Amino acid sequence: MSLKTVEHSINAAEKLNETLNAFLEIDRAGALERAAAVENSNGALAGLPIALKDNICVAGRQTSCGSHILGDYHPPYNATVVERLNQSGAVIIGKTNCDEFAMGSSNENSAFGPVRNPWDTSRVPGGSSGGSAAAVAAGIVPVALGSDTGGSVRQPASLCGVVGLKPTYGRNSRYGLVAFASSLDQIGILGRRVEDVARVLTVIAGRDPHDATTADVPVPDYTASLTGDLKDARLGFPRALFGEGLDREVADAVKAVVDVYRDLGAEIVDVDLPHAKYAIAVYYIIATAEASSNLARFDGVRYGFRAADAPELRQMYRKTRAEGFGAEVKRRIMLGTYVLSAGYYDAYYLKAQKVRTLIRNDFLSSFERCDAIITPTAPSTAFALGEKVDDPLAMYLNDIYTVTANLAGVPGISVPCGLSAERLPMGFQLLGPYWSEPALFKLAHAYAQVRPFTERPPVFAPGA
Amino acid sequence: MPIEEKDVAKVAQLAHLELADEELKVFGPQMAEIIAYIEQLNQLDTANVSPALGGLTPEGEQTDSSRNDEMQPSLGQKTALAEAPDPAEGHFRVPKVL
Repeated sequence: MSLKTVEHSINAAEKLNETLNAFLEIDRAGALERAAAVENSNGALAGLPIALKDNICVAGRQTSCGSHILGDYHPPYNATVVERLNQSGAVIIGKTNCDEFAMGSSNENSAFGPVRNPWDTSRVPGGSSGGSAAAVAAGIVPVALGSDTGGSVRQPASLCGVVGLKPTYGRNSRYGLVAFASSLDQIGILGRRVEDVARVLTVIAGRDPHDATTADVPVPDYTASLTGDLKDARLGFPRALFGEGLDREVADAVKAVVDVYRDLGAEIVDVDLPHAKYAIAVYYIIATAEASSNLARFDGVRYGFRAADAPELRQMYRKTRAEGFGAEVKRRIMLGTYVLSAGYYDAYYLKAQKVRTLIRNDFLSSFERCDAIITPTAPSTAFALGEKVDDPLAMYLNDIYTVTANLAGVPGISVPCGLSAERLPMGFQLLGPYWSEPALFKLAHAYAQVRPFTERPPVFAPGA
Repeated sequence: MPIEEKDVAKVAQLAHLELADEELKVFGPQMAEIIAYIEQLNQLDTANVSPALGGLTPEGEQTDSSRNDEMQPSLGQKTALAEAPDPAEGHFRVPKVL
């Protein structure tokens, strides 16, 4: 059984990759061998084909992060989430394309070409986990892993019409996830069904001695929370976030979701996140500062690319990084270096960390009155390839609804809520208190039960 | 604080990035626009706010990450050097420093 499922996934990945460019590596031989080996396994995910964003280390397989500087890197060890997937019998079929070092909201920053949206191949899939989102949306795999630093799982999930979860900070180990901004990064899960996302989280979550930021909090069976019972549920509605800058059609779709929740028995309460409008500014200080530090390790010495014709050490560093990194990564390293540089630290970095406290406090006080907050996931449906590439600030504003969760450390899930008039997916986001993944799954699942998203994109795996 | 081309060049030097003249010209105005956007944070009075220290939840803060100082398996020299662009005799070789 598992062999057939895995074979189908690999065939679909190979066939659709010419159109979608969703995979950077498809491991046919390894996956088939592994599928045969777990044929009789009784692991929780036995035989489940899964794709991994190419910034998650799988021993001996390529891990490029969508960058030339790591183009041919083969890590000698597995990420902790990979170890746990392997123990549960899951079968990794390949590595998915992404924005370089997970920096981007459209996948156009990959050094290996953009991913295309299965709903309209002239449009972006979102980013940075765009390959994972496209692979799930196109029916290639039921689930995929991504990473979410400012919305990089939830935003592409929304733009591709799949479910995407960013767990509480410290829920999943980051060991073996190539670091972008360590205080914001979390490995997330994309799937076509809430159940599958819950199953995978149950396997990969939990404390890891290799990652000191994982918290010692018990991991429940997340599928047990999919009860459909929304009696006594309270949903926070931040009215102020439904105004300026939000596509009208998306706003109406998400408001219609609120009505569905009301009909299901949830109480809708008004909440206010007064500092949410500062989140992008805070994010692009903290994320770039951490990135400038994390990406200092790519220097052409221990692994990865080294520039030729650089006979002096410092010159070798500069040339290697100039030739190895793409424009957006350079821009963010520059910004991060600038905000941390002498004389500016207090004005930018320290200020941002203070406003981060205010954003976190907004959530803590809102969650005294509700179990979860509903927002759009992205301000619009998928935009055209090339539309925003020359305007970094406009691109950053795609993350306006998602970055708050990373700054506060709270979990968030994006759920599809229908198609626009142009037949492009729209999504809503639920944000909950720390460790409230069971409540988010319950709410997401209850909605999907009464408003199942059954539409399929034009680019879809045959027979899936 | 307006960003000039010489500021961009200085930051590039600090970040170990050799930027082409065209890149300096493009990055300058883009960084200036982003920094101007970021400076909206100055509208907020944060005199009495403590800065966040990272991403940890209260449960994460309470998690004890210490362990006994015991020998554990490691990659070993051969594996650690396997991906190096220029390994030599068990070391990472680099161009001359001075």
